[in-house]
Amino acid sequence: MLRRALQLALGRAVFGRGLGTHRGGSTLDWNGKMSEIKKKIQSVLPGGAWTQLHDTSYLPPEHSDVVIVGGGVMGLSVAYWLKRLERPRGAIRVLVVERDHTYSQASTVLSVGGIRQQFSVPENIQLSLFSIDFLRNINEYLAVVDDPPLDIQFNPSGYLLLASEKGAAVLESNVRVQRQEGAKVCLMSPEQLRNKFPWINPEGVALASYGMEHEGWFDPWSLLQGLRRKVQSMGVLFCQGEVTRFVSSSSHAETPSGEEVTLKRVHEVHVKIDHSLEYQPVECAIVINAAGAWSGQIAELAGVGKGPPGTLQGTKLPVEPRKRYVYLWNCPQGPGLETPFVIDASGAYFRREGLGNNYLGGCSPTEEEEPDPENLEVDHEFFQDKVWPPLAQRVPAFESLKVRSAWAGYYDYNTFDQNGVVGPHPLVVNMYFATGFSGHGLQQAPAVGRAVAEMVLHGNFQTINLSPFLFNRFHLGEKVHEHNII
Amino acid sequence: MGKLLIFMENQREVGGEGQEPKDEYECSKPLHLMAPVWNRDTRGIHGLSKAVAPEGSRRKGRSLLQFLADHFYDVQALREYLLRKQVLKVHQKNRPFTHIKERFGPHAAGAYFILKQGGAVKFQGKEWIRPNTRGRFSLDFLTFPEVPVEAVDASGSAINYHGLDNLLALKELQSLWLRRCPHVDDWCLSRLHPLANSLQELSLAGCPRISERGLACLHHLQNLRRLDISDLPAVSNPGLTQILVEEMLPNCEVLGADWTQGLGLGPEEQSQDAASPIPA
Repeated sequence: MLRRALQLALGRAVFGRGLGTHRGGSTLDWNGKMSEIKKKIQSVLPGGAWTQLHDTSYLPPEHSDVVIVGGGVMGLSVAYWLKRLERPRGAIRVLVVERDHTYSQASTVLSVGGIRQQFSVPENIQLSLFSIDFLRNINEYLAVVDDPPLDIQFNPSGYLLLASEKGAAVLESNVRVQRQEGAKVCLMSPEQLRNKFPWINPEGVALASYGMEHEGWFDPWSLLQGLRRKVQSMGVLFCQGEVTRFVSSSSHAETPSGEEVTLKRVHEVHVKIDHSLEYQPVECAIVINAAGAWSGQIAELAGVGKGPPGTLQGTKLPVEPRKRYVYLWNCPQGPGLETPFVIDASGAYFRREGLGNNYLGGCSPTEEEEPDPENLEVDHEFFQDKVWPPLAQRVPAFESLKVRSAWAGYYDYNTFDQNGVVGPHPLVVNMYFATGFSGHGLQQAPAVGRAVAEMVLHGNFQTINLSPFLFNRFHLGEKVHEHNII
Repeated sequence: MGKLLIFMENQREVGGEGQEPKDEYECSKPLHLMAPVWNRDTRGIHGLSKAVAPEGSRRKGRSLLQFLADHFYDVQALREYLLRKQVLKVHQKNRPFTHIKERFGPHAAGAYFILKQGGAVKFQGKEWIRPNTRGRFSLDFLTFPEVPVEAVDASGSAINYHGLDNLLALKELQSLWLRRCPHVDDWCLSRLHPLANSLQELSLAGCPRISERGLACLHHLQNLRRLDISDLPAVSNPGLTQILVEEMLPNCEVLGADWTQGLGLGPEEQSQDAASPIPA
């Protein structure tokens, strides 16, 4: 045993001090070295990814015409329409920068997936009408040769909005606006409601509006994947990284009234790669802010809102993340197959999920009870206190139910008027917004993507006029108030 | 390249037969371009082997087209163009006949549309009108424009969401058969609610695109007495769907899957299979 210990000590001495260990170098044995050499030879041969110094295929390109910050449904929709409306074909290089390729916190995939035309603002109704048209013909829009057709699993069951005495007049005027724009909505009295849906308790309901066609819910993940597949086949580049800096230049201009304004132009976007300090400066002509719940931070990086408050320079983008909970429960005696997406007068909503008597639902909390958007932890007490009682009162079968699971997601909440921000910034002239939809972004994404692409390519809105949704309204104080936000 | 073009044109006319369905809802795939049909020529031993094993050669053929489309923008653009043409063909079949509607009324326009698709129409008090094998049909119904259409058989036709415009104007339609229509899907079912007052019989058997989500919007049709939902490949659970639809439409007789379909074996059947004596 003593001899073994001596041998060990000697051995270590010989290799440790004597030969001078190669610190920090490759310590691979012969097989490892051979495979390394083979890899290097393969990369040098034609077809391999060989650059002079090292492999940079994970980095975004150094130049790109349009950089879209955010790879959710909104960003991908803008990329799709840019590629579709560009003339000539292949003229614009588009880069989509997405921080998280698993989309674990993206609002798109955590959404309940509903689409409706029952809004109060006519532009919102038009956006939803085009989007449902897009979804219906999705296999014509997003067809990729040799790939299977897309199935977004659309449930055309419609939306049912219930209003109490207070909200009945507003509901009626909303329905009139909706019918004018072409939505198929009908008004129902409490008796009609009881006849049509026997599982509803119409106590407290003065009026209900029921969307018969073009409304329902679908699977947002398959829409995202379909868009991604199509957009990749059209030649859009993807990069997984985080935008950390905008390099811009300023120029001064004078308004007709003699005031000096500073116009900024973004020249470079610094994209930082995950888990590393490495970043790539991407030279770009146009930046599109489609970062969802984090659009406010991206806008601040670009210099939006840096100025004295009350001026246009000092107007920040009022989009912040707000956490919303969705609960999935099972109720064997619950409403049947014909259940629409029900939105109660109290703000609580639910819809069916699948064939097995499972239901998804939730409720938006009031301003005072807003949960902390730091993480996506679910508060189950919220279900017991705020979601279950109004739903159980409305649908007596829900008095006995069993919660199966729950999750939380972010709304890209526009604190100004809960409607989207679309179009260029007046001072940072080449930054366009497509964000702030406060919970109804998914259902308007195809139409908003087209509007932003038209703005970028032609300079104005051509199909749907979204000028009420421009950034200027924050400075001018013109609220576009939407009554039907859940 | 020219030969390739000819092959692809031929394939388009043939209608894309012989495709292996990848998923349950792809019994007829109008959007796919199939490989060129050179494996049909059985010239010599090699040709015969290809005919014997069509799957392998089809895949090889498809991968050649795919390879070309991946590497040449022209081939890709051409394939996309041919795809779009297929889609436009279906749209062309479903165009509205506004001139007939203005002149003769909605019933005549609807009947003309159905007959043009290859379906059959029955007016109230008259016999079924069908087109003959050449696709010709008599235009006598234009002489009585006020008589409503009672029954429509659009089975196997290319009717789709837009084509339903013509049908929805038939306010006294009692019976509608949409069997084996490849383009009728959930969206079309959501459009049927204007016929709720009169429709008593609806048959959707064999439509590859209808799923249980579309069946959920049939609850508007409260006067329905017979509903046929058998053989719907896209419905995930036919037995359970049958039960739910029966609950949704209590006055209606629902033909479709047996509710026991999809249930596991009971204990008596299991022990019989095992062939062991049951202890008395």
